[in-house]
Amino acid sequence: MTTKSSSDLRPDLAAIAAHVDPDSRVLDIGCGDGDLMGVLEAEKGCDARGLELDAALVGRCVARGLSVVQGDANTDLANYPDKAFDYAILSQTLQTATRPDLMLDELLRVGRRAFVSFPNFAHWRTRTALLLGGRMPVTRALPVSWYATDNIHHVTVEDFRDLAKAKRAQIERAWFFADERAIGPFGANWRAEFAVFELSR
Amino acid sequence: MNTLSASKTHAISSLPLDSGQVLESAQIAYETYGELNSDACNAILICHALTGDQYVASTHPITGKPGWWERMVGPGKPIDTDRFYVICANVIGSCMGSSGPAAAGPDGKPYAMRFPVITVRDMVRGLVALLDGLGIEQLHTVVGGSMGGMQALSLAANWPERAARVLVIASTARHSAQNIAFHEVGRQAIMADPAWADGDYYASGVSPDNGLAVARMAAHITYLSEEGLTAKFGRRLQDRSSKSFGFDADFQIESYLRYQGSGFTQRFDANSYLYITRAMDYFDLAEEHGGKLADAFAGTSARFCLVSFDTDWLYPTAESRHIVHALNAAGAKVSFVELSAPNGHDSFLLEHDELDRVVRGFVA
Repeated sequence: MTTKSSSDLRPDLAAIAAHVDPDSRVLDIGCGDGDLMGVLEAEKGCDARGLELDAALVGRCVARGLSVVQGDANTDLANYPDKAFDYAILSQTLQTATRPDLMLDELLRVGRRAFVSFPNFAHWRTRTALLLGGRMPVTRALPVSWYATDNIHHVTVEDFRDLAKAKRAQIERAWFFADERAIGPFGANWRAEFAVFELSR
Repeated sequence: MNTLSASKTHAISSLPLDSGQVLESAQIAYETYGELNSDACNAILICHALTGDQYVASTHPITGKPGWWERMVGPGKPIDTDRFYVICANVIGSCMGSSGPAAAGPDGKPYAMRFPVITVRDMVRGLVALLDGLGIEQLHTVVGGSMGGMQALSLAANWPERAARVLVIASTARHSAQNIAFHEVGRQAIMADPAWADGDYYASGVSPDNGLAVARMAAHITYLSEEGLTAKFGRRLQDRSSKSFGFDADFQIESYLRYQGSGFTQRFDANSYLYITRAMDYFDLAEEHGGKLADAFAGTSARFCLVSFDTDWLYPTAESRHIVHALNAAGAKVSFVELSAPNGHDSFLLEHDELDRVVRGFVA
Protein backbone atom coordinates (compact mmCIF):
# COMPACT_ATOMS: atom_id res chain seq x y z
CA MET A 1 0.00 0.00 0.00
CA THR A 2 1.58 3.21 -1.17
CA THR A 3 0.12 6.62 -0.53
CA LYS A 4 1.16 9.43 -2.81
CA SER A 5 1.40 12.97 -1.51
CA SER A 6 -0.19 15.90 -3.33
CA SER A 7 3.16 16.79 -4.92
CA ASP A 8 3.22 13.42 -6.76
CA LEU A 9 -0.18 13.94 -8.37
CA ARG A 10 -0.83 14.67 -12.03
CA PRO A 11 -1.00 18.50 -12.35
CA ASP A 12 -4.78 18.67 -12.90
CA LEU A 13 -5.37 16.41 -9.88
CA ALA A 14 -2.92 18.45 -7.78
CA ALA A 15 -4.87 21.61 -8.66
CA ILE A 16 -8.11 19.95 -7.61
CA ALA A 17 -6.57 18.59 -4.40
CA ALA A 18 -5.27 22.05 -3.53
CA HIS A 19 -8.69 23.67 -3.87
CA VAL A 20 -11.00 21.17 -2.19
CA ASP A 21 -12.08 22.45 1.23
CA PRO A 22 -10.77 20.37 4.16
CA ASP A 23 -13.13 17.86 5.79
CA SER A 24 -15.54 17.92 2.84
CA ARG A 25 -17.43 15.02 1.29
CA VAL A 26 -16.09 14.18 -2.16
CA LEU A 27 -17.13 11.85 -4.97
CA ASP A 28 -14.30 11.10 -7.42
CA ILE A 29 -15.85 9.84 -10.65
CA GLY A 30 -13.42 7.77 -12.67
CA CYS A 31 -11.10 7.64 -9.67
CA GLY A 32 -8.58 5.25 -11.28
CA ASP A 33 -6.33 3.72 -8.68
CA GLY A 34 -7.39 6.28 -6.10
CA ASP A 35 -4.38 8.63 -6.00
CA LEU A 36 -6.49 11.77 -5.65
CA MET A 37 -8.82 10.15 -3.09
CA GLY A 38 -5.83 9.02 -1.05
CA VAL A 39 -4.42 12.55 -0.94
CA LEU A 40 -7.80 14.10 -0.09
CA GLU A 41 -8.29 11.66 2.80
CA ALA A 42 -4.72 11.84 4.13
CA GLU A 43 -3.99 15.54 3.70
CA LYS A 44 -7.42 17.20 3.75
CA GLY A 45 -9.37 14.95 6.09
CA CYS A 46 -12.01 14.47 3.41
CA ASP A 47 -14.59 11.72 3.30
CA ALA A 48 -13.87 10.52 -0.23
CA ARG A 49 -15.85 8.04 -2.30
CA GLY A 50 -14.99 6.80 -5.75
CA LEU A 51 -16.68 5.43 -8.85
CA GLU A 52 -14.55 3.47 -11.32
CA LEU A 53 -15.39 1.23 -14.27
CA ASP A 54 -12.26 -0.95 -14.29
CA ALA A 55 -12.52 -3.87 -11.82
CA ALA A 56 -8.75 -4.20 -11.43
CA LEU A 57 -8.46 -0.51 -10.48
CA VAL A 58 -11.36 -0.85 -8.03
CA GLY A 59 -9.58 -3.81 -6.45
CA ARG A 60 -6.45 -1.69 -6.00
CA CYS A 61 -8.49 1.09 -4.38
CA VAL A 62 -10.18 -1.30 -1.96
CA ALA A 63 -6.80 -2.79 -1.10
CA ARG A 64 -5.68 0.77 -0.18
CA GLY A 65 -8.63 1.14 2.17
CA LEU A 66 -10.59 3.49 -0.10
CA SER A 67 -14.36 3.29 -0.61
CA VAL A 68 -14.80 2.76 -4.32
CA VAL A 69 -17.75 1.33 -6.22
CA GLN A 70 -17.33 -0.35 -9.57
CA GLY A 71 -19.75 1.26 -11.95
CA ASP A 72 -20.38 3.27 -15.09
CA ALA A 73 -20.49 7.03 -14.65
CA ASN A 74 -22.87 7.26 -17.62
CA THR A 75 -25.60 5.42 -15.71
CA ASP A 76 -24.69 4.99 -12.06
CA LEU A 77 -24.58 8.60 -10.88
CA ALA A 78 -28.37 8.37 -10.85
CA ASN A 79 -28.08 6.18 -7.75
CA TYR A 80 -26.63 8.96 -5.59
CA PRO A 81 -28.96 11.29 -3.72
CA ASP A 82 -29.12 15.05 -4.51
CA LYS A 83 -26.28 17.09 -2.99
CA ALA A 84 -24.86 13.99 -1.30
CA PHE A 85 -21.38 15.46 -1.72
CA ASP A 86 -19.69 18.83 -1.29
CA TYR A 87 -17.70 18.12 -4.45
CA ALA A 88 -18.17 15.85 -7.46
CA ILE A 89 -14.89 15.42 -9.33
CA LEU A 90 -14.63 14.29 -12.94
CA SER A 91 -11.03 14.18 -14.08
CA GLN A 92 -10.29 13.51 -17.74
CA THR A 93 -13.49 11.53 -18.14
CA LEU A 94 -15.96 14.10 -19.54
CA GLN A 95 -14.72 13.57 -23.10
CA THR A 96 -15.36 9.82 -22.77
CA ALA A 97 -18.97 10.22 -21.62
CA THR A 98 -21.87 9.08 -23.78
CA ARG A 99 -23.53 12.45 -23.12
CA PRO A 100 -21.16 14.93 -21.46
CA ASP A 101 -23.97 17.48 -21.10
CA LEU A 102 -26.12 15.07 -19.08
CA MET A 103 -23.13 14.00 -17.03
CA LEU A 104 -22.49 17.64 -16.13
CA ASP A 105 -26.09 17.88 -14.92
CA GLU A 106 -25.56 14.80 -12.77
CA LEU A 107 -22.30 16.18 -11.32
CA LEU A 108 -24.07 19.35 -10.23
CA ARG A 109 -26.97 17.36 -8.84
CA VAL A 110 -24.95 15.02 -6.60
CA GLY A 111 -22.34 17.64 -5.66
CA ARG A 112 -22.76 21.20 -4.40
CA ARG A 113 -19.74 21.98 -6.53
CA ALA A 114 -17.95 20.15 -9.31
CA PHE A 115 -14.39 19.96 -10.58
CA VAL A 116 -14.06 18.94 -14.22
CA SER A 117 -10.74 18.41 -15.99
CA PHE A 118 -10.24 17.52 -19.65
CA PRO A 119 -7.67 17.65 -22.47
CA ASN A 120 -8.20 20.78 -24.58
CA PHE A 121 -8.69 19.79 -28.23
CA ALA A 122 -7.99 23.36 -29.34
CA HIS A 123 -4.39 23.35 -28.05
CA TRP A 124 -2.06 24.65 -30.75
CA ARG A 125 -0.38 21.27 -31.20
CA THR A 126 -3.70 19.60 -31.91
CA ARG A 127 -4.74 22.39 -34.27
CA THR A 128 -1.42 22.22 -36.11
CA ALA A 129 -1.57 18.44 -36.42
CA LEU A 130 -5.02 18.61 -37.96
CA LEU A 131 -4.36 21.68 -40.11
CA LEU A 132 -1.03 20.59 -41.52
CA GLY A 133 -1.29 16.80 -41.24
CA GLY A 134 -4.94 16.55 -42.26
CA ARG A 135 -5.38 13.63 -39.91
CA MET A 136 -6.92 13.24 -36.45
CA PRO A 137 -4.21 14.49 -34.10
CA VAL A 138 -2.10 12.12 -32.05
CA THR A 139 -0.26 14.31 -29.56
CA ARG A 140 1.33 14.12 -26.13
CA ALA A 141 -1.96 15.06 -24.50
CA LEU A 142 -4.03 12.84 -26.83
CA PRO A 143 -1.75 9.88 -27.51
CA VAL A 144 -4.28 7.36 -28.88
CA SER A 145 -5.38 7.00 -32.52
CA TRP A 146 -8.91 8.03 -33.49
CA TYR A 147 -10.09 4.43 -33.84
CA ALA A 148 -8.89 3.29 -30.42
CA THR A 149 -9.37 6.36 -28.25
CA ASP A 150 -11.90 6.46 -25.40
CA ASN A 151 -12.31 10.16 -26.13
CA ILE A 152 -15.53 10.13 -28.13
CA HIS A 153 -16.50 13.72 -27.41
CA HIS A 154 -13.50 15.98 -27.94
CA VAL A 155 -13.96 19.34 -26.28
CA THR A 156 -12.17 22.67 -26.15
CA VAL A 157 -11.88 25.26 -23.40
CA GLU A 158 -14.36 27.51 -25.22
CA ASP A 159 -16.75 24.62 -25.90
CA PHE A 160 -16.77 23.88 -22.19
CA ARG A 161 -17.45 27.50 -21.27
CA ASP A 162 -20.40 27.45 -23.70
CA LEU A 163 -21.74 24.21 -22.18
CA ALA A 164 -21.46 25.60 -18.66
CA LYS A 165 -23.36 28.71 -19.76
CA ALA A 166 -26.06 26.67 -21.47
CA LYS A 167 -26.41 24.58 -18.32
CA ARG A 168 -26.54 27.73 -16.16
CA ALA A 169 -23.51 26.44 -14.27
CA GLN A 170 -21.37 29.09 -12.65
CA ILE A 171 -17.63 28.85 -13.41
CA GLU A 172 -16.07 29.59 -10.03
CA ARG A 173 -12.44 29.13 -10.96
CA ALA A 174 -10.35 27.65 -13.77
CA TRP A 175 -6.78 26.40 -14.07
CA PHE A 176 -4.81 25.64 -17.21
CA PHE A 177 -1.77 23.46 -17.85
CA ALA A 178 0.81 22.99 -20.59
CA ASP A 179 4.01 20.95 -20.45
CA GLU A 180 3.01 19.67 -16.97
CA ARG A 181 3.00 23.23 -15.62
CA ALA A 182 0.30 25.71 -14.69
CA ILE A 183 -0.12 28.58 -17.16
CA GLY A 184 -2.16 31.78 -16.97
CA PRO A 185 -5.67 32.08 -18.41
CA PHE A 186 -4.61 34.34 -21.29
CA GLY A 187 -5.17 32.57 -24.60
CA ALA A 188 -5.95 29.35 -22.77
CA ASN A 189 -7.91 27.90 -25.67
CA TRP A 190 -4.69 27.99 -27.72
CA ARG A 191 -2.12 27.42 -25.02
CA ALA A 192 -3.61 24.90 -22.58
CA GLU A 193 -3.12 21.16 -23.03
CA PHE A 194 -5.37 20.50 -20.05
CA ALA A 195 -8.01 22.55 -18.26
CA VAL A 196 -9.65 22.28 -14.84
CA PHE A 197 -12.90 24.07 -14.05
CA GLU A 198 -14.64 24.48 -10.72
CA LEU A 199 -18.40 24.83 -11.16
CA SER A 200 -21.45 25.46 -9.04
CA ARG A 201 -25.16 25.92 -9.66
CA MET B 1 -25.66 -38.36 9.24
CA ASN B 2 -23.59 -37.83 12.33
CA THR B 3 -23.91 -34.87 14.71
CA LEU B 4 -20.54 -35.45 16.33
CA SER B 5 -18.84 -32.15 17.12
CA ALA B 6 -15.69 -31.49 19.06
CA SER B 7 -16.17 -27.72 18.96
CA LYS B 8 -16.43 -25.35 21.88
CA THR B 9 -20.02 -24.47 22.75
CA HIS B 10 -21.78 -21.43 24.13
CA ALA B 11 -25.05 -21.85 26.03
CA ILE B 12 -27.88 -19.35 25.48
CA SER B 13 -30.53 -19.67 28.18
CA SER B 14 -33.28 -18.34 25.95
CA LEU B 15 -33.23 -17.02 22.40
CA PRO B 16 -36.23 -14.98 21.23
CA LEU B 17 -37.13 -15.63 17.60
CA ASP B 18 -38.76 -13.61 14.79
CA SER B 19 -41.69 -16.05 14.79
CA GLY B 20 -42.56 -14.95 18.31
CA GLN B 21 -41.42 -18.26 19.74
CA VAL B 22 -38.52 -18.57 22.15
CA LEU B 23 -35.80 -21.19 21.84
CA GLU B 24 -34.98 -22.28 25.40
CA SER B 25 -31.57 -23.68 26.36
CA ALA B 26 -30.02 -23.04 22.97
CA GLN B 27 -26.43 -23.88 22.14
CA ILE B 28 -23.94 -22.52 19.63
CA ALA B 29 -20.92 -24.58 18.57
CA TYR B 30 -17.95 -22.56 17.37
CA GLU B 31 -14.28 -22.63 16.46
CA THR B 32 -11.74 -19.86 16.99
CA TYR B 33 -8.34 -19.23 15.45
CA GLY B 34 -5.65 -16.79 16.61
CA GLU B 35 -5.62 -14.75 19.80
CA LEU B 36 -8.02 -12.07 21.01
CA ASN B 37 -5.99 -8.97 21.90
CA SER B 38 -6.29 -7.19 25.24
CA ASP B 39 -8.82 -4.60 24.10
CA ALA B 40 -10.81 -7.20 22.13
CA CYS B 41 -10.69 -5.19 18.90
CA ASN B 42 -9.14 -7.73 16.52
CA ALA B 43 -12.04 -10.17 16.21
CA ILE B 44 -13.31 -11.23 12.80
CA LEU B 45 -16.54 -13.19 12.62
CA ILE B 46 -16.91 -15.43 9.58
CA CYS B 47 -20.47 -16.44 8.78
CA HIS B 48 -20.92 -19.70 6.92
CA ALA B 49 -23.17 -20.55 3.99
CA LEU B 50 -26.22 -22.86 3.85
CA THR B 51 -24.39 -26.16 4.24
CA GLY B 52 -21.24 -24.75 5.81
CA ASP B 53 -20.12 -25.08 9.39
CA GLN B 54 -17.70 -23.72 11.96
CA TYR B 55 -14.73 -25.59 10.49
CA VAL B 56 -13.61 -22.68 8.35
CA ALA B 57 -9.90 -23.34 8.77
CA SER B 58 -9.66 -26.68 10.53
CA THR B 59 -10.29 -30.28 9.54
CA HIS B 60 -13.92 -31.33 9.34
CA PRO B 61 -14.49 -34.01 12.01
CA ILE B 62 -16.75 -36.15 9.81
CA THR B 63 -15.32 -35.84 6.33
CA GLY B 64 -11.70 -35.34 7.37
CA LYS B 65 -11.44 -32.65 4.69
CA PRO B 66 -9.61 -29.33 5.21
CA GLY B 67 -11.58 -26.31 6.42
CA TRP B 68 -13.94 -24.83 3.84
CA TRP B 69 -12.06 -21.52 3.51
CA GLU B 70 -8.49 -22.49 4.43
CA ARG B 71 -7.18 -20.69 1.40
CA MET B 72 -8.55 -17.42 2.86
CA VAL B 73 -8.12 -17.95 6.63
CA GLY B 74 -4.90 -18.85 8.42
CA PRO B 75 -1.45 -17.57 9.32
CA GLY B 76 -0.32 -15.12 6.61
CA LYS B 77 -3.56 -15.63 4.63
CA PRO B 78 -5.79 -12.69 3.60
CA ILE B 79 -7.69 -13.14 6.87
CA ASP B 80 -4.52 -13.51 8.88
CA THR B 81 -4.87 -15.50 12.09
CA ASP B 82 -1.49 -14.14 13.24
CA ARG B 83 -3.21 -10.73 13.48
CA PHE B 84 -6.87 -11.50 13.96
CA TYR B 85 -8.96 -13.56 16.33
CA VAL B 86 -11.21 -15.40 13.91
CA ILE B 87 -14.52 -16.82 15.08
CA CYS B 88 -16.73 -19.12 13.05
CA ALA B 89 -19.90 -20.55 14.57
CA ASN B 90 -22.38 -23.14 13.38
CA VAL B 91 -25.69 -21.30 12.85
CA ILE B 92 -28.82 -22.05 14.83
CA GLY B 93 -30.84 -24.59 12.83
CA SER B 94 -27.77 -26.38 11.51
CA CYS B 95 -26.41 -29.73 12.63
CA MET B 96 -22.77 -29.47 13.67
CA GLY B 97 -23.30 -28.93 17.38
CA SER B 98 -25.58 -25.87 17.45
CA SER B 99 -29.27 -26.10 18.31
CA GLY B 100 -31.26 -27.44 15.39
CA PRO B 101 -33.90 -30.01 14.52
CA ALA B 102 -31.50 -32.90 15.12
CA ALA B 103 -30.59 -31.67 18.62
CA ALA B 104 -32.42 -32.82 21.72
CA GLY B 105 -35.45 -30.79 22.70
CA PRO B 106 -36.69 -30.22 26.27
CA ASP B 107 -37.95 -33.80 26.53
CA GLY B 108 -34.58 -35.25 25.56
CA LYS B 109 -35.78 -36.44 22.13
CA PRO B 110 -34.67 -34.71 18.92
CA TYR B 111 -36.74 -31.63 18.11
CA ALA B 112 -37.38 -32.79 14.53
CA MET B 113 -40.23 -30.64 13.17
CA ARG B 114 -40.98 -29.30 16.62
CA PHE B 115 -37.94 -27.04 16.16
CA PRO B 116 -39.24 -23.51 15.59
CA VAL B 117 -38.93 -22.01 12.10
CA ILE B 118 -36.03 -19.59 12.23
CA THR B 119 -34.85 -16.63 10.16
CA VAL B 120 -31.47 -15.28 9.14
CA ARG B 121 -31.93 -12.61 11.82
CA ASP B 122 -32.48 -15.37 14.40
CA MET B 123 -29.20 -16.97 13.32
CA VAL B 124 -27.52 -13.60 13.85
CA ARG B 125 -29.20 -13.23 17.27
CA GLY B 126 -27.43 -16.45 18.18
CA LEU B 127 -24.13 -15.11 16.88
CA VAL B 128 -24.55 -11.85 18.81
CA ALA B 129 -25.21 -13.87 21.98
CA LEU B 130 -21.95 -15.71 21.30
CA LEU B 131 -20.08 -12.40 20.86
CA ASP B 132 -21.53 -11.24 24.18
CA GLY B 133 -20.28 -14.45 25.74
CA LEU B 134 -16.81 -13.93 24.29
CA GLY B 135 -16.70 -10.33 25.54
CA ILE B 136 -16.52 -8.82 22.04
CA GLU B 137 -18.42 -5.55 21.81
CA GLN B 138 -17.37 -4.63 18.30
CA LEU B 139 -16.01 -6.88 15.60
CA HIS B 140 -13.12 -5.65 13.52
CA THR B 141 -14.95 -7.23 10.56
CA VAL B 142 -17.88 -9.48 9.88
CA VAL B 143 -17.38 -11.56 6.73
CA GLY B 144 -19.70 -13.84 4.84
CA GLY B 145 -20.27 -15.39 1.46
CA SER B 146 -23.69 -16.44 0.15
CA MET B 147 -25.94 -17.06 3.21
CA GLY B 148 -22.98 -15.87 5.29
CA GLY B 149 -23.28 -12.54 3.48
CA MET B 150 -26.96 -12.37 4.44
CA GLN B 151 -25.94 -12.79 8.09
CA ALA B 152 -23.27 -10.09 7.74
CA LEU B 153 -25.88 -7.71 6.25
CA SER B 154 -28.40 -8.61 8.94
CA LEU B 155 -25.83 -7.95 11.67
CA ALA B 156 -24.96 -4.59 10.08
CA ALA B 157 -28.62 -3.60 9.79
CA ASN B 158 -29.89 -4.80 13.16
CA TRP B 159 -26.81 -4.47 15.40
CA PRO B 160 -24.97 -1.64 13.61
CA GLU B 161 -22.57 -1.00 16.47
CA ARG B 162 -21.32 -4.60 16.53
CA ALA B 163 -19.10 -4.52 13.40
CA ALA B 164 -16.72 -1.82 12.14
CA ARG B 165 -16.37 -3.46 8.72
CA VAL B 166 -18.81 -5.58 6.76
CA LEU B 167 -17.59 -7.78 3.91
CA VAL B 168 -20.32 -9.41 1.83
CA ILE B 169 -19.36 -11.80 -0.97
CA ALA B 170 -21.66 -13.31 -3.61
CA SER B 171 -24.77 -12.56 -1.63
CA THR B 172 -28.12 -10.78 -1.72
CA ALA B 173 -30.43 -8.69 0.46
CA ARG B 174 -33.46 -10.83 -0.46
CA HIS B 175 -34.30 -14.17 -1.94
CA SER B 176 -35.76 -13.93 -5.43
CA ALA B 177 -38.60 -16.07 -6.76
CA GLN B 178 -36.00 -18.15 -8.61
CA ASN B 179 -33.96 -18.63 -5.42
CA ILE B 180 -37.08 -19.74 -3.54
CA ALA B 181 -38.07 -22.01 -6.42
CA PHE B 182 -34.82 -23.97 -6.35
CA HIS B 183 -35.02 -24.34 -2.58
CA GLU B 184 -38.59 -25.58 -2.83
CA VAL B 185 -37.46 -28.30 -5.25
CA GLY B 186 -34.93 -29.39 -2.65
CA ARG B 187 -37.42 -29.38 0.20
CA GLN B 188 -39.99 -31.32 -1.80
CA ALA B 189 -37.35 -33.91 -2.70
CA ILE B 190 -36.62 -34.44 1.01
CA MET B 191 -40.26 -34.53 2.06
CA ALA B 192 -41.14 -36.92 -0.80
CA ASP B 193 -38.63 -39.45 0.53
CA PRO B 194 -40.63 -42.04 2.57
CA ALA B 195 -37.73 -42.18 5.02
CA TRP B 196 -38.39 -38.53 5.93
CA ALA B 197 -41.42 -39.73 7.94
CA ASP B 198 -42.70 -36.21 8.64
CA GLY B 199 -39.25 -35.34 9.91
CA ASP B 200 -39.37 -37.90 12.70
CA TYR B 201 -36.64 -40.23 11.42
CA TYR B 202 -33.91 -39.89 14.04
CA ALA B 203 -34.88 -42.97 16.09
CA SER B 204 -35.52 -45.19 13.04
CA GLY B 205 -31.92 -45.42 11.98
CA VAL B 206 -32.97 -44.59 8.41
CA SER B 207 -32.72 -41.00 7.24
CA PRO B 208 -34.07 -39.48 4.01
CA ASP B 209 -30.71 -39.64 2.29
CA ASN B 210 -32.18 -40.10 -1.19
CA GLY B 211 -34.29 -36.98 -0.89
CA LEU B 212 -31.46 -34.97 0.66
CA ALA B 213 -29.07 -36.10 -2.08
CA VAL B 214 -31.48 -34.93 -4.80
CA ALA B 215 -31.89 -31.61 -2.98
CA ARG B 216 -28.13 -31.21 -2.93
CA MET B 217 -27.81 -32.16 -6.61
CA ALA B 218 -30.36 -29.53 -7.67
CA ALA B 219 -28.77 -26.88 -5.47
CA HIS B 220 -25.27 -27.76 -6.59
CA ILE B 221 -26.16 -26.91 -10.20
CA THR B 222 -27.08 -23.40 -9.05
CA TYR B 223 -23.64 -22.97 -7.49
CA LEU B 224 -21.86 -23.59 -10.81
CA SER B 225 -21.96 -21.93 -14.20
CA GLU B 226 -22.78 -23.39 -17.59
CA GLU B 227 -19.32 -22.33 -18.74
CA GLY B 228 -17.73 -24.08 -15.75
CA LEU B 229 -19.76 -27.25 -16.22
CA THR B 230 -18.96 -27.38 -19.93
CA ALA B 231 -15.26 -26.90 -19.27
CA LYS B 232 -15.16 -29.50 -16.49
CA PHE B 233 -17.48 -32.18 -17.92
CA GLY B 234 -18.79 -31.27 -21.35
CA ARG B 235 -20.68 -34.28 -22.73
CA ARG B 236 -17.93 -36.67 -21.69
CA LEU B 237 -18.97 -40.16 -20.64
CA GLN B 238 -18.13 -41.69 -17.26
CA ASP B 239 -15.83 -44.76 -17.39
CA ARG B 240 -17.36 -46.00 -20.62
CA SER B 241 -16.84 -45.58 -24.33
CA SER B 242 -20.48 -45.48 -25.41
CA LYS B 243 -23.92 -44.71 -24.05
CA SER B 244 -25.48 -47.56 -22.06
CA PHE B 245 -29.05 -47.07 -23.31
CA GLY B 246 -30.08 -47.21 -19.70
CA PHE B 247 -30.29 -44.89 -16.72
CA ASP B 248 -26.89 -45.36 -15.19
CA ALA B 249 -24.73 -42.30 -14.77
CA ASP B 250 -23.52 -42.37 -18.37
CA PHE B 251 -22.29 -38.78 -18.31
CA GLN B 252 -19.54 -37.46 -16.08
CA ILE B 253 -21.80 -34.67 -14.89
CA GLU B 254 -24.36 -37.23 -13.70
CA SER B 255 -21.73 -39.18 -11.84
CA TYR B 256 -20.36 -35.98 -10.31
CA LEU B 257 -23.77 -34.81 -9.08
CA ARG B 258 -24.57 -38.25 -7.62
CA TYR B 259 -21.25 -38.21 -5.79
CA GLN B 260 -21.91 -34.69 -4.48
CA GLY B 261 -25.39 -35.71 -3.36
CA SER B 262 -24.45 -38.88 -1.53
CA GLY B 263 -21.35 -37.34 0.05
CA PHE B 264 -23.50 -34.54 1.41
CA THR B 265 -25.83 -36.91 3.27
CA GLN B 266 -22.88 -38.15 5.33
CA ARG B 267 -22.45 -34.77 6.96
CA PHE B 268 -25.78 -32.97 6.85
CA ASP B 269 -29.18 -33.41 8.44
CA ALA B 270 -32.18 -33.33 6.10
CA ASN B 271 -34.36 -31.39 8.53
CA SER B 272 -31.62 -28.80 8.98
CA TYR B 273 -31.68 -28.40 5.20
CA LEU B 274 -35.43 -27.67 5.38
CA TYR B 275 -35.08 -25.14 8.18
CA ILE B 276 -32.09 -23.27 6.79
CA THR B 277 -33.44 -23.03 3.23
CA ARG B 278 -36.69 -21.70 4.75
CA ALA B 279 -34.74 -19.05 6.66
CA MET B 280 -33.00 -17.98 3.47
CA ASP B 281 -36.29 -17.83 1.55
CA TYR B 282 -37.79 -15.63 4.26
CA PHE B 283 -34.81 -13.26 4.06
CA ASP B 284 -35.75 -9.80 2.80
CA LEU B 285 -33.73 -7.15 4.58
CA ALA B 286 -35.79 -4.27 3.14
CA GLU B 287 -39.05 -5.83 4.34
CA GLU B 288 -37.66 -5.93 7.88
CA HIS B 289 -37.06 -2.17 7.65
CA GLY B 290 -40.29 -0.78 6.30
CA GLY B 291 -39.75 -1.81 2.68
CA LYS B 292 -36.81 0.48 1.94
CA LEU B 293 -33.39 -1.14 1.92
CA ALA B 294 -31.58 2.17 2.50
CA ASP B 295 -33.46 2.50 5.80
CA ALA B 296 -31.92 -0.79 6.96
CA PHE B 297 -28.55 0.97 6.97
CA ALA B 298 -29.59 4.47 8.12
CA GLY B 299 -26.97 6.05 10.33
CA THR B 300 -24.47 3.21 9.99
CA SER B 301 -20.83 4.12 10.53
CA ALA B 302 -19.46 0.76 9.34
CA ARG B 303 -17.39 0.41 6.18
CA PHE B 304 -18.87 -1.99 3.67
CA CYS B 305 -17.34 -3.99 0.87
CA LEU B 306 -19.39 -6.06 -1.55
CA VAL B 307 -18.01 -8.50 -4.08
CA SER B 308 -19.90 -10.34 -6.82
CA PHE B 309 -18.83 -12.71 -9.58
CA ASP B 310 -19.78 -12.22 -13.21
CA THR B 311 -20.86 -15.85 -13.74
CA ASP B 312 -22.90 -16.12 -10.49
CA TRP B 313 -26.52 -16.55 -11.58
CA LEU B 314 -27.72 -17.56 -8.11
CA TYR B 315 -26.99 -14.15 -6.58
CA PRO B 316 -26.07 -12.12 -9.66
CA THR B 317 -24.18 -8.83 -9.64
CA ALA B 318 -27.46 -6.89 -9.87
CA GLU B 319 -28.31 -8.06 -6.33
CA SER B 320 -25.02 -6.70 -4.97
CA ARG B 321 -25.52 -3.44 -6.86
CA HIS B 322 -28.97 -3.14 -5.31
CA ILE B 323 -27.34 -3.27 -1.87
CA VAL B 324 -24.61 -0.81 -2.93
CA HIS B 325 -27.24 1.70 -4.12
CA ALA B 326 -29.03 1.42 -0.78
CA LEU B 327 -25.77 1.95 1.10
CA ASN B 328 -24.97 4.97 -1.09
CA ALA B 329 -28.40 6.40 -0.39
CA ALA B 330 -27.77 5.86 3.32
CA GLY B 331 -24.43 7.68 2.99
CA ALA B 332 -22.46 4.61 4.08
CA LYS B 333 -18.84 4.02 3.15
CA VAL B 334 -19.08 1.31 0.55
CA SER B 335 -16.85 -0.40 -1.95
CA PHE B 336 -18.05 -2.78 -4.61
CA VAL B 337 -16.34 -4.85 -7.24
CA GLU B 338 -17.58 -7.46 -9.69
CA LEU B 339 -14.84 -10.01 -10.20
CA SER B 340 -14.48 -12.17 -13.25
CA ALA B 341 -14.45 -15.90 -12.52
CA PRO B 342 -15.56 -18.93 -14.52
CA ASN B 343 -17.14 -20.97 -11.74
CA GLY B 344 -20.38 -19.19 -10.87
CA HIS B 345 -21.55 -18.76 -7.29
CA ASP B 346 -18.94 -21.20 -5.94
CA SER B 347 -16.17 -18.86 -7.12
CA PHE B 348 -16.00 -17.27 -3.67
CA LEU B 349 -14.67 -20.54 -2.26
CA LEU B 350 -12.16 -21.16 -5.01
CA GLU B 351 -8.73 -19.86 -5.97
CA HIS B 352 -9.02 -16.18 -6.95
CA ASP B 353 -6.05 -13.85 -6.53
CA GLU B 354 -8.09 -10.69 -7.04
CA LEU B 355 -10.55 -11.75 -4.33
CA ASP B 356 -7.62 -12.42 -2.00
CA ARG B 357 -6.26 -8.92 -2.65
CA VAL B 358 -9.61 -7.26 -2.05
CA VAL B 359 -10.22 -9.20 1.18
CA ARG B 360 -6.68 -8.61 2.46
CA GLY B 361 -6.90 -4.90 1.66
CA PHE B 362 -10.34 -4.43 3.13
CA VAL B 363 -9.55 -6.05 6.48
CA ALA B 364 -6.09 -4.44 6.72
